[in-house]
Amino acid sequence: MSATTTTTGRRWRPPPFIANPWLRLALYGGVALYLALALGTLQVNWGRVAEGLVRGWAFIAAFGSPDFTSRWPEIYEGMVESLTMTVVSTVLGVALSLPVGLGAARNLAPMPVYLVCRAIIATSRSFPEIIVAILFVKMFGFGPLAGMVTLAFATIGFMAKLLAEDLEDIDEAQVEAIRAAGASWPQLMVYAVQPQVLPRFIGLSVYRLDINFRESAVIGIVGAGGIGATLNTSFDRYEFGTSAAILILIIGIVMAAEYASGIIRKRLQ
Amino acid sequence: MPTHSLPSGQVEWRRRTPRAVLLRWVCWLLGVLLVVQCWQIMNADTIWEFVYDAPAQGADLLGRMWPPRWSVMDKLWWPLWDTLNMATLGTALGVVLGVPVAFLAARTTTPSAAIARPIALLIIVSSRSINSLIWALLLVTVMGPGVLAGILAIALRSIGFIGKLLYEALEETDPKQIEAITATGASGAQRIAYGFVPQIMPTFAGISVYRWDINIRESTVLGLVGAGGIGLQLNASVSRLAWPEVTVMFIAILCTVAVSEWVSARVRAAII
Amino acid sequence: MLRIDDAKPMLRIRGLTKTYRSGDKALDGVDLDVPRGQLMALIGPSGAGKSTLIRCVNRLVEPTAGEVVVDGGPVTGLGGGALRAARRRMGMIFQEYALVERLSVMENVLSGRLGYVGFWASWLRRYPQSDIDEAFRLIERCGLSGMHDKRADQLSGGQRQRVGICRALIQNPALLLVDEPTASLDPKTSRQVMRLLVELCAERNLAAIVNIHDVALAQMFVQRIVGLRAGRIVFDGPPDALTTETLTAIYGEEDWNASRPTEEDEEDEAAARAIAARLAAEAR
Repeated sequence: MSATTTTTGRRWRPPPFIANPWLRLALYGGVALYLALALGTLQVNWGRVAEGLVRGWAFIAAFGSPDFTSRWPEIYEGMVESLTMTVVSTVLGVALSLPVGLGAARNLAPMPVYLVCRAIIATSRSFPEIIVAILFVKMFGFGPLAGMVTLAFATIGFMAKLLAEDLEDIDEAQVEAIRAAGASWPQLMVYAVQPQVLPRFIGLSVYRLDINFRESAVIGIVGAGGIGATLNTSFDRYEFGTSAAILILIIGIVMAAEYASGIIRKRLQ
Repeated sequence: MPTHSLPSGQVEWRRRTPRAVLLRWVCWLLGVLLVVQCWQIMNADTIWEFVYDAPAQGADLLGRMWPPRWSVMDKLWWPLWDTLNMATLGTALGVVLGVPVAFLAARTTTPSAAIARPIALLIIVSSRSINSLIWALLLVTVMGPGVLAGILAIALRSIGFIGKLLYEALEETDPKQIEAITATGASGAQRIAYGFVPQIMPTFAGISVYRWDINIRESTVLGLVGAGGIGLQLNASVSRLAWPEVTVMFIAILCTVAVSEWVSARVRAAII
Repeated sequence: MLRIDDAKPMLRIRGLTKTYRSGDKALDGVDLDVPRGQLMALIGPSGAGKSTLIRCVNRLVEPTAGEVVVDGGPVTGLGGGALRAARRRMGMIFQEYALVERLSVMENVLSGRLGYVGFWASWLRRYPQSDIDEAFRLIERCGLSGMHDKRADQLSGGQRQRVGICRALIQNPALLLVDEPTASLDPKTSRQVMRLLVELCAERNLAAIVNIHDVALAQMFVQRIVGLRAGRIVFDGPPDALTTETLTAIYGEEDWNASRPTEEDEEDEAAARAIAARLAAEAR
């Protein structure tokens, strides 16, 4: 080895993730303290858990022999309710999200409209679906209509927010060009704005259809219709065969929907 | 953009061919029919008197919810702590279980594409298809109500989320960096440690924090099915029709969610 | 300075053939010996199999048939740990550096020792002090002093390639496999990197195969040039033996005397530039 100075014995450690040693120490200490407190205050009835292990195993075993037949009328009715709720709520929610999304795009809507639409979006997005479902069940009575309204309401927030973001990102040059041709506001929407946002909007609608189906399986727990109620009952009665059958159906439908939506979204691009 | 010659010799331009126009109308018609049909099936048992009554019911509900009974807040601190713990410990457990699943599921790292990969993908899709509330319902039935069921429910739902996003990131890694590490004579584990881990680290941190944020939101309602946290109190107040208390809980949930969103956004901005 | 020991070449390749699953024959019965201490350039048009050839040597690409022997030990037919041990003896340098972008210079250099240390030592970055000493020596030797804690993605192209060279050399290799080391570099940096490679090979008496498309650059620095076309060796000789006819044999028909080549293929352009420069030198 020529032309090298001796560097033997020089120590090297990788640079730490956080350069400031005090901050690093505080962070590690904080994490350790939190974990100690969280695990220390965890109240677990281990006797009950141990008891549950047997039941847990029974449940896992039920997946080997799911019971579709003994509760089939209930499962069928629940599934039909879930699917119809999903379709109606998605269509309604997407339709309503169009004006809200347009109104929530800063570059297209006047200030008062913008504020109102943003408020609608914020309200819709802040609460978990199940809480909204509780309120709508109180208002509309038990049944899938309450669930449908819940899902449509959640769809509005989801779709309108993403639509507004897309609209705010559109290519201004195309809008200018159409405006220069003397187009009116509706013509501007149809010729300059719609072609830019439509494909993604359709893709997101299909994605939302998927989410609405999954959610429809949940809100039945609070009485808003759908397969959730049947599933809840089967758990209460410890009919794990039926529960497994319902879960397998849900997983199957979600997989099929994902596969289909993947194809649809690929077609659109 | 088809053109069409008229008998008069003029050329007419139409956006679509007549066939395509017809097809579009048929599709629209079928779509409308489907929705109408769904609406009718769905509302077969609806009692419309209740529905017409809904605005009055809603107004009544709002009236009863106001003013909030703030004194109930004293009872909420402990459930809120439980909620935070369910989300955080559940996310941690979900990460610990989800990371190996992601490595098994990614084409680039899976030890066997014929056996391990399909199993890992099945775990991911099952975990993702089932909402954390359903996981909680299941676990409460199996092991009794409590925070532990909530933690496990959150973890089981998080496996699929983390597993899916992470395995996609693993499949998008730069193959040249991996090749260079392989060429040094590194073992399989070393290839993962030096080739894959540094590349997916930012994505991994982002996914975990994002999932924690979602989990805070979800753990606020797990109590509705008995899995601990503030949802338990909410359920009790709703069944007692104690609406002024419910208002306070809604506000508490909203604040928790807002804070977690803020924290998650800040941490993600710091990572990137 | 060089000991050429023909009896026992550092790298010995016999009948190396690679047919890809698509049916493309990338290599077709290649025989090649590279003695200790020799820097050999491998030239040829795109798709001639240069990259496949060096990747077959350390088996990043699995050869279909043939035999590769490095320093007396066969590489073909090895599996698992034995293959990894064989790879330790072959340092590889890549076209676009292929550094782990999010690791520091030091970590990238030390990753060349992965074949020598256990998993936990490498995971915790607890390398033996001798490795760290050697890493510092190489970093300094390659002109990167003081940059050891910089992240690889903060470096310039030339600096990154120097890190790549350090990573290959810390393996203590018997053979260097160099894949287009200058393809992403500007002309001045290219020369500096080539010069560094030549010096290091001489210092350590290493055999090296350098894939290169810039024929002029190759002629400037190497002792032997091998021309590859459609998976076969069509030229093997000293840089001076490279004539218009041999260039045509390697790259195909082209007016090598034209001063402004019109070919779109940049490799052909480079070859043309090389020959133009040589003819100009001869005329003087």
